[in-house]
Amino acid sequence: MASSSITSETRRGVIRDALGIGIATGAYALSFGAISTVAGLSLLQTCALSLLMFTGASQFALVGVVGAGGSVWAGAATAALLGSRNALYGMRLASLLDRSRWRRIAAAHFVIDETTAMAIARDSVAESRLAFWATGLAVFALWNLGTLIGALATHALPDPKVLGFDAAPPAAFLALLAPRLRAREPMAIALGAGVVALVCLPFVPSGVPLLIVAVLVAIFGILRSRG
Amino acid sequence: MMWTGVLVACASCYVLKLAGLSLPASVLQDARVQRTVPLVPVALLAALIATQTFSTGHHLVVDVRTTALIVAIGMVLLRAPFLVVVASAAATAALLRLL
Repeated sequence: MASSSITSETRRGVIRDALGIGIATGAYALSFGAISTVAGLSLLQTCALSLLMFTGASQFALVGVVGAGGSVWAGAATAALLGSRNALYGMRLASLLDRSRWRRIAAAHFVIDETTAMAIARDSVAESRLAFWATGLAVFALWNLGTLIGALATHALPDPKVLGFDAAPPAAFLALLAPRLRAREPMAIALGAGVVALVCLPFVPSGVPLLIVAVLVAIFGILRSRG
Repeated sequence: MMWTGVLVACASCYVLKLAGLSLPASVLQDARVQRTVPLVPVALLAALIATQTFSTGHHLVVDVRTTALIVAIGMVLLRAPFLVVVASAAATAALLRLL
């Protein structure tokens, strides 16, 4: 392995990339802050989600379910199910990060799509760690700043529907889904999941169609992994 | 109630992250886990898009949000940034309601 030292050129490159990703996610946090406030969460609850949950798709899911009239528990369950992929990211990162307990407890909060993508596929462990922490810190800072600005900007809106805010969450989910649809199987699963959710919707409480879909896709995945 | 739900959801998401870093690799390397977990976000995000575009309460509806979603799909295909995708969908719905 290339050694623990990193050239200053590599270091600058990693930090520049981390800032770029931080700025991009900060822009997308603006829409999270806005959607969350419009969904009926308070400014403090919106900021708490970005500070404490800190995983975008789960946050959008929770406020999306609440905004559509579902219970916060259905939203919380959906958020946790969406967060399950972070456990797999953690597994990929475990061999790269410091094994000491306190470092691991701190690092866990930063285990998200962006930090995983930046940390894996590096030339050395030292470079992976730098990429993980630089990306984690940049995204955390700008994600929370973006959330606060987005929430403040929409806090005082009289009728959010006039501004089309009810059409914003599906577009946000679509932008999160699109990169995962690069093969035929996920495409078929996405279509199937959409149809199943709509078929269940008139008959069960709000938010529950999502949980039915989650159970069905888990059964599908387990059956497929045997075959 | 809202606060409790928010905090429980935050704790659950953190525990999942920590579990990935802490559990023995054999648990998460199980073929069923590896096969199933990546499918969950695909199914849930698609179900969220469907229910939040085509329903109001417990009724299935087709309204301006459908057009907004079509615009968003076009923006994603054009590789527009996240904020542009979201803003163009909201703007479409707002404009159609003005007409």
